[in-house]
Amino acid sequence: MRYFLKRLSHAIFLLLGVSILSFVFTSLAPGNYFDEMRLNPQISPDTVAALRAHYGVNRPVVVRYARWLASVAHGDLGFSFAYNTPAAPLLWTRAWNTLLLTLTATLLSWLIALPLGIWSAERKGRAPDIAVTSATGFLLAIPDLLLALGLLILAVRTGWFPTGGMFSVGSESLSWFGKMRDLISHMALPVTALVLGALPLLVRHVRSAMAEVLGSGFLRAAQAHGIPRRTILYRYALPAAAHPLISLFGFSIGALLSGSLIVEVVMSWPGLGPLLLEAILARDLYLVIGGVMLSTVFLVAGNFIADLLLYWADPRIRTS
Amino acid sequence: MNPRRKLVLLLTLLGVAHLVIACGGFFAPYDPTAQDRDRPYAPPMRVHLVNSAGHFHLRPFVYAQQLREGTFDEYVSDTSQPIPLKFFVSGARYKLFGLIPIRIHFFDAEGDAPPVFLLGSDAYGRDLLSRTLYGGQISLLAGLLATALALSVGLLIGSLAGFFGGWTDDLLMRAAELFLALPWLYLLFAIRAFLPLAVSPLQAFFLVVILIGTVGWARPARLIRGVVLSAKERDYVRAARGFGASNIYLLRRHILPQTWNVVLTQAAILVPQYVLAEVTLSFLGLGVPEPAPSWGNILSSLQQYSVLSSYWWMFLPSVAIVCFFLGYLALASALQDVADKSKI
Repeated sequence: MRYFLKRLSHAIFLLLGVSILSFVFTSLAPGNYFDEMRLNPQISPDTVAALRAHYGVNRPVVVRYARWLASVAHGDLGFSFAYNTPAAPLLWTRAWNTLLLTLTATLLSWLIALPLGIWSAERKGRAPDIAVTSATGFLLAIPDLLLALGLLILAVRTGWFPTGGMFSVGSESLSWFGKMRDLISHMALPVTALVLGALPLLVRHVRSAMAEVLGSGFLRAAQAHGIPRRTILYRYALPAAAHPLISLFGFSIGALLSGSLIVEVVMSWPGLGPLLLEAILARDLYLVIGGVMLSTVFLVAGNFIADLLLYWADPRIRTS
Repeated sequence: MNPRRKLVLLLTLLGVAHLVIACGGFFAPYDPTAQDRDRPYAPPMRVHLVNSAGHFHLRPFVYAQQLREGTFDEYVSDTSQPIPLKFFVSGARYKLFGLIPIRIHFFDAEGDAPPVFLLGSDAYGRDLLSRTLYGGQISLLAGLLATALALSVGLLIGSLAGFFGGWTDDLLMRAAELFLALPWLYLLFAIRAFLPLAVSPLQAFFLVVILIGTVGWARPARLIRGVVLSAKERDYVRAARGFGASNIYLLRRHILPQTWNVVLTQAAILVPQYVLAEVTLSFLGLGVPEPAPSWGNILSSLQQYSVLSSYWWMFLPSVAIVCFFLGYLALASALQDVADKSKI
């Protein structure tokens, strides 16, 4: 329980720090949403001044921060100038789409990375291991952006997959089953890009963690007892190698979030990425801060879950 | 292979690759911003040694491409009009390394023959090969400078935190944790969001470098702190301190040399990451703006569906990106191997 509270307070401290950091950067920056408005001859200077006063843009940064914190407490996450609504509802709908993408990709990449890494560690130094290592080494050098573009070119040339968006035009009329099929076919490309981007690092870590454990005495003893190979690998060796992998799990969520930003923009998936880009170009301050905060929340939540999993998996943490 | 020999081999390969990019003006036949509005989206030309009649020529040549009547992007090779490639010819003026003005190019067509597009041309009929080479100068330089910046800040903060410990250490490492907690691409975006959008290419370049450097210091700082922490407890450091060595002397003479391995390995890991950061920012139109080429803004035309579906050669600059990244990754692991070996 104390461990739990400690990790939770740590997470909250991080979120506060990040929000302060964003506000400091905003106050340092020249220009804001209303500067663009001032250039518009159809809007009178008085209107702009009134709007500025209304949204409190002229106030000192501390006051703005306090007001923003209050709006977070209300669940509004600030106000979007461009959409003229609280930022939270805008962000939530997009955040679900991003989560759908990243969680699917996280799940899939771990489901592939674990057996592949174990398989490679078991055959360390032999042909399968060398093949896996060089394949992951090559994939490591291809950034998400290029993966997404390459896959998109493939999709356009073959016509096997839809090239963007989340649903086809007219998909509302489909049955539930048809909608799911439509969604999955739209998800296939972005998820593939994300999985291919995340996989090499995961496989390498699984491989090295397992290779370290596989050399140890208790596994050789288990082998001498005649315990089947598969049981040894998954029941005995994997839990022993789990500690660094669970930490990596938290980290992989962050990496996938960063990756999904660019993949979403390239594949026009209606997630946080395109919204954030749009908000940046429109200088829609609170929407940007909200987007950054939300992604930080996901990341911190991922690390928090990893901490809890560690607590559950590693008796050394429980007893200390 | 012997790790040391492997390291030397990799360094040579990477050095040659960087040299080619650095001398981009020499290898590029044209100016990266020179337009040929009559030849938009010309596909890559094939270099031939044997002509259509089956005769062998020692001098490589390409066939001129004619726009098909009534279309704007379909070309036919005109086999009756071979363009021989001349080497070390004089062409458009450029500055080697940004300093020495010369006109010699590695290759070009002779006289007033139509332009040679070995990698095709883009929407304005600009040579993609020239743009890739010049774009590499900007992207790689941005990556290298950003790495230097991030490592210097990281080295400063990491050694301060590790050497002095106490509240300095606590404060600096909390700050580093903050920067590490953010998904870094989002952070880069957020900071970029609050800076002016329309800037000149040179300003944009330094903006991108400083941005990436500011965001990236945290990870090297943590690693360097660890090394400094263990180095300052060594017996010979304590002995030097006992003899009355000053803090500055200790850091310079005994502690910072210990961080050398970590700094080098981090550099090899960070350069591709930061090149990618520049590419990503420019790809999204937040980095180096047109008409100056960078790997990111060359690729950004692929955001249009028509380019994506019809002009596959616009994707070719990514081959250069992947090659450089492969080189740097191999360098990082070779450096790691050498460091591991020297430890034992």
